[in-house]
Amino acid sequence: MFRPSATGLTRRERYEAQQRRRALIVASASTAGVVAALVVLVPLAPGWDKVRNSFFNAEVFAKSFPKLLEAFWVNVMIFAWCAPAIAVLGLLIALARDVKSPALFPLRIFGAAFTDIFRGVPVILTVYLIGFGIPGLGLPRPWNSPYIWGSLALILTYSAYVAEIFRAGIDSVHHSQRAAALSLGLSERQVMRDVVLPQAVRNVVPSQMNMLIALQKDVSLLSFIGPVEIFRQAGVFKSLLANFTPYVGAALIFLVVTIPATRYADHLMARQMRDRR
Amino acid sequence: MEKLVLEGVVKRFGNKAVCDGIDLVVKAGQMVCLIGASGAGKSTLLRCVNLLEPIEDGAIYLDGEDISVPGLNPQNVRARIGMVFQSYNLFPHMTALDNAMLAPRRVHGRTRGELVPEVSELFERFGLSEHMAQYPDQLSGGQQQRVAIVRALAMRPEVMLFDEITSALDPQLVGEVLDVLVTLKHQGMTMVLATHEMGFAAEAADKVCFLHNGRVLEEGTPQDMFGAPKKPETRAFLARALK
Repeated sequence: MFRPSATGLTRRERYEAQQRRRALIVASASTAGVVAALVVLVPLAPGWDKVRNSFFNAEVFAKSFPKLLEAFWVNVMIFAWCAPAIAVLGLLIALARDVKSPALFPLRIFGAAFTDIFRGVPVILTVYLIGFGIPGLGLPRPWNSPYIWGSLALILTYSAYVAEIFRAGIDSVHHSQRAAALSLGLSERQVMRDVVLPQAVRNVVPSQMNMLIALQKDVSLLSFIGPVEIFRQAGVFKSLLANFTPYVGAALIFLVVTIPATRYADHLMARQMRDRR
Repeated sequence: MEKLVLEGVVKRFGNKAVCDGIDLVVKAGQMVCLIGASGAGKSTLLRCVNLLEPIEDGAIYLDGEDISVPGLNPQNVRARIGMVFQSYNLFPHMTALDNAMLAPRRVHGRTRGELVPEVSELFERFGLSEHMAQYPDQLSGGQQQRVAIVRALAMRPEVMLFDEITSALDPQLVGEVLDVLVTLKHQGMTMVLATHEMGFAAEAADKVCFLHNGRVLEEGTPQDMFGAPKKPETRAFLARALK
């Protein structure tokens, strides 16, 4: 016969508490096992001492880290001017691909060609071609800077991806919203601006966050055409000190920025899933 | 006076004629209820009247003016005809008040300042004053649907179309929405409803039209239609609907 427990917990609650305890014990044990295996096994590898010295050298780390941090500001700056430009250009391309007026048909073609080309070419190639090609025209001093043309390469490539995400966002707004807005007498343009776009942009914020994180990392590709940003700076140290630790330092600096950003994007994504239910 | 006239309206989706030659006359101040099984063409007919769907053949007249001319700018017509949908379709990123003010601002170029007192008055009339600042997801289905009606009314339309506006509502919320329609009828609004609420149609409609396979098979006063339907199809439909 069923009897209520003395602790005031239901059968279900007692059962679930027991399950949680068991899960916690199993998870702790298995994690401890894996960590122990790594700590014991990796140093047993024949080359471990060499690797430890050339990748995890505290002395080299201390020596290079301040300079790396300084160089990272270059990444942050390039990122800071590219991101808004990408947002604007990406949105314009997305809108251009959906224009209906026959007079603007060339714009449509341009939008389609743009996204096809810049999504189809590896970023590093675009950086090379634009970053070396355009200054090669013999432009006068500030205009031959690799900062400008390297940034442009990033802006073009990322705008193509961002435009596609905006387009997906526009498609994700239910057509009944359009019908309702049209039925009130709004023009196609007003429907887009006042009803569809605000919802579309909101829907794609998490995806665009992920693009920003990817951009933050890809800024390093500009090192191949000149700017001394963090990856290039780490390379300088590597040559100078014959040690790879600066690369590990650079990786750590990236992670400090990208992990919170990734977590935040995941959080936004999860919240959106909840809201949709 | 004839406010809205449909002559032989044909609307096809692919090979299927959803409206297959519909004739309908709506007099000013009348409430006309369209009844019929799902797929009979009720919703499509309303969407055609609001020019959300172009028609293949026939003509639609508003105040004697042909509004179904191909190539006609639909905006001016839609601004004169209000429409309310089954799924409310409020704009989720705006408050109830902003939902109602968007179209008058954009289409009539009016300012928020002059609209707020006028639109607030509409909210008040339909018992929605306390919800003006709320977003759609903070409102119940019945409240959302009433806000959708207010949003359409804010354009000061001459005709209102209602597309099964109570079908998505919990039964206990249907009454508050139907009450709004009764109020509008007393104010002399011309209305066309696609509805499954037979009791409401019997009580409030001036004319009931039974749609079957894309045609108006039978029409008449609610007394005739519900009391003594002539066609066997009408009788069969009502027997099922009133069960």
